[in-house]
Amino acid sequence: MRITKMTGAVAVLMASTTMAQAQGVEVLHWWTSGGEAAALNVLKGDLEAQGIGWTDMPVAGGGGSDAMTVLRARVTAGDPPTAVQMLGFAIQDWAAEGALADLNDLAAEQSWDDVVPEALQAFSKYDGSWVSAPVNVHSTNWVWANSAIMAELELEQPSSWDEFVAAMEAAQAAGYVALAHGGQAWQDATVFDSIAMGVGGPEFYQAAFVELDADALGGEQMVEAFERMATLRGFVDDNFSGRDWNLASAMVANGEALFQIMGDWAKGEFVNAGQTAGEEFQCFRVPGSEGTVTFNSDQFAMFNVTDETAMASQLTMASAVMSPEFQVAFNTVKGSVPARTDISDAEFDACGQLGMAQLAEAASSGGLFGSMAHGHANPPAVQNAMYDVITAHFNGEYDAETAAAEMVTAVELAQ
Amino acid sequence: MAIATQDNAASVGRIGRTFVYLVLLLFALFYLIPFAIMLINSVKPLGEITGGNMIALPQDWTIAPWLSAWSTAQIGVEPTGLKPYFWNSIRMVVPAVVICTIIGALNGYILTKWRFRGDTIVFGLMLFSCFIPFQIVLIPMARVLGILGISGTSAGLVLVHVVYGIGFATLYYRNYYAAFPTELVRAAQIDGAGFFQIFYRILLPSSGPITVVCVIWLFTNIWNDFLFGASFASGDAAPMTVALNNLVNSSTGVREYNVHFAGAILAALPTLLVYIVAGRFFVRGLMAGSVKG
Amino acid sequence: MNRANSVDIRTRLQEFLPKLVLAPSFALVLLFVYGFILFTIYLSFTDSRMLPSYGWEGWENYSKLFRIREWDTAITNLAIFASLYIVICTVIGLMLAIFLDQKIRGEGLLRPIFLYPMALSFIVTGTAWKWFLDPGIGIENTMHLWGWESFEFGWIKDRDMAIYTIVIAAVWQSSGFVMAMFLAGLRGIDNEILKAAQMDGATNFQLYRRIIIPLLRPAFLSAFVILSHLAIKSYDLVIALTGGGPGNATAVPATFMYSYTFTRNQMGIGAASAVIMLMTIAAIMVPYLYAELREKK
Repeated sequence: MRITKMTGAVAVLMASTTMAQAQGVEVLHWWTSGGEAAALNVLKGDLEAQGIGWTDMPVAGGGGSDAMTVLRARVTAGDPPTAVQMLGFAIQDWAAEGALADLNDLAAEQSWDDVVPEALQAFSKYDGSWVSAPVNVHSTNWVWANSAIMAELELEQPSSWDEFVAAMEAAQAAGYVALAHGGQAWQDATVFDSIAMGVGGPEFYQAAFVELDADALGGEQMVEAFERMATLRGFVDDNFSGRDWNLASAMVANGEALFQIMGDWAKGEFVNAGQTAGEEFQCFRVPGSEGTVTFNSDQFAMFNVTDETAMASQLTMASAVMSPEFQVAFNTVKGSVPARTDISDAEFDACGQLGMAQLAEAASSGGLFGSMAHGHANPPAVQNAMYDVITAHFNGEYDAETAAAEMVTAVELAQ
Repeated sequence: MAIATQDNAASVGRIGRTFVYLVLLLFALFYLIPFAIMLINSVKPLGEITGGNMIALPQDWTIAPWLSAWSTAQIGVEPTGLKPYFWNSIRMVVPAVVICTIIGALNGYILTKWRFRGDTIVFGLMLFSCFIPFQIVLIPMARVLGILGISGTSAGLVLVHVVYGIGFATLYYRNYYAAFPTELVRAAQIDGAGFFQIFYRILLPSSGPITVVCVIWLFTNIWNDFLFGASFASGDAAPMTVALNNLVNSSTGVREYNVHFAGAILAALPTLLVYIVAGRFFVRGLMAGSVKG
Repeated sequence: MNRANSVDIRTRLQEFLPKLVLAPSFALVLLFVYGFILFTIYLSFTDSRMLPSYGWEGWENYSKLFRIREWDTAITNLAIFASLYIVICTVIGLMLAIFLDQKIRGEGLLRPIFLYPMALSFIVTGTAWKWFLDPGIGIENTMHLWGWESFEFGWIKDRDMAIYTIVIAAVWQSSGFVMAMFLAGLRGIDNEILKAAQMDGATNFQLYRRIIIPLLRPAFLSAFVILSHLAIKSYDLVIALTGGGPGNATAVPATFMYSYTFTRNQMGIGAASAVIMLMTIAAIMVPYLYAELREKK
């Protein structure tokens, strides 16, 4: 509480320095690669057409963690940006500090409640108030496959864990790398996320990763999930450790490897290599996790601004972010799908259309879950504690049973 | 007899010399490898890099990555390349280095020629301050800059760099001036010269070498800093390293390694230049003082 | 009378002036270094998570810290890394300096080659190193292509060996700088002393062991201070090269502290780890500095 007041007081104190930005918005983000930035430029152009200036504040690195560090410095200095690209629990944490603006009027006017899936609203709303505008939904439980290798080995898209393993065995026997993977904690966790969903289904996922129930965390299904990870470990090449995810994607695109388990941003790498979804490469859900979608969602969290013009600019920006035109323009480039479920899929490619259909389906059937690996299931402390265990197990430090037991301890320590 | 023809008294025989050259060349190779990798890959089309062979020479030579990194690469929403950020860095580095060097020189002068009770403790405290991990100062520093009203400005960033450069600057000058004959200072004092006069007339003229060392050290450290630059001057005032990081570390986008390497070399050019041009004076400067602890 | 008075004021001013000039920068250091250290110590006893908060928690953060496995790894790694790094840099630096001091042709070319790594930031050099050390695409692969099939160098992928690859890259970065310091020291030694010793029949080895190396003592101090400062702050290097992996095998206190303070929103634990780190540095540096600074009086 004290912090909240303090931040507020400082904000008032600093109001004079933020005057300069009154005519525009200052946006902190980490979308700096060519395609992402081009997509964001659509938003910038849109705002500038309405007479609102854009002060760009890009800070890349560490999947946004550097940007979050910078944000803390800015808020502590009493000078927060207007809008900040943010993921999952961070939004809730900042809202709890009282640092975020209230977008309820705009949300009501444009009926965001009806078009944004509830699982996303859980992050965009704090205490019933809209505090951020969701831009996209990345779903993380995809398998990316090389079509040529699948044809050569006469493989069908596997629909069960056993078929998946059989396909990888065939690839390995034929001299291919069965699973392209980069050994970085977040990538290990991304794979684990989908595997755990495949083993235990939505109920287990909810209990273990969201409710952090000790029985689920240390239970049989968790052990089974770790065992499957150990199986996967047998299908990666010797050289996986530390590899960037995009180099792993390149292995699939080059015909060196059969599969990669990665979120939908991987598609950009294939498209960039001149390939088309459904032709040179294909995508399907991680076997066992069909019907569910684990996601992460980039949002623009709106920070408290005191000046009225600044507030107006901020609302205009929020409204522009939620506009169908921007959602289409941005997501076709980014590989993700729009945060609104009421948008036509005409502009999207095969994998994009599949993703949109499955998102809508999962949202209505209760199969839409925030991804643990991407900070949408539990707070960062817990998430990273899980990373520690998953990556230690994948690197051979624990066996499956010890890993499940460690999971319980690590989560307890992190809370 | 051999001694007479050698300036250096300690020398080795013919076989020894061959060995010496061999070792020196091997080390030169070791030092050059990463730079060579960067250079080779910066003139290669991206396809050849992701195609797998990262150490081989390019089949198609291209300078496109360099042009892209300098003027068209995506740093933020605008494809500006590194160009505008280059000047931001210069604007930040120059005042910070100048101020910090002046403070360091004065401190060194005082701590050696105007000694007082507890001066060693003062110096010890300044020296130990070199060891503070910068991560812990981030939040309180942001608060202080906010209170001073200079958060997010170049002035704020200059202040931060000056504060954390004082330790090393003082160390260099103190060690240098310690070797400077105190008698000259005393004599000038007796002649009625004041505190600043002695500094300007007697110490400063012979401070060239150590100033080179101090400037090189500060310049390199401040130019290469990322954490403070990102936290206290992002946006339009962002220094080169922040821009380079944006270029290199995009999380879920396509990675253009050739452009990254070209950008990295561009970002390092000023410091490389400083080392190559001033390198000769650097050793001379170190020689003249800082190693005489 | 009047004149005497003004002289008196002037002398007193002269006495006072040095302290007056020193005071502002000393005050800055006190506030921005020691003030912030006190603040961090205070934070380490609080329940701070995302931002500083002031609920007192006592030793809770410390007891948690020592139950976290990664912290053990980080401490062990720093001990391995710092000692190897300092020793190897010193040895290589001294060796190169002695060799370069033998009237070498092309010294002007070699010196900047040895020195330049210090000028580069690890944000990207790290990638070059990562590729070079990567068995699949780097040196191992190249050796295989050149026909040396049995060549193996997979340290960076090996949990037990990865920390040594960080030592290699770190040595690459700063050993040239250490070389410069020793070279300067060597050039500063009076040749007359050496000639006299040689006249007395001292061998080269004895010359270096008995006379030159002891004379370089101040250079050793400077090298030690600079190297230990770099070792403790190594952050970019680890992040760029291994990201702390494989697993958490190459975590060091600096990455640990950053991760807990800024990524995991456990600022209290992050602060506690910073305090332990500072205490360790103080325990090593203070006696050393004390001895070195005192001796001169």
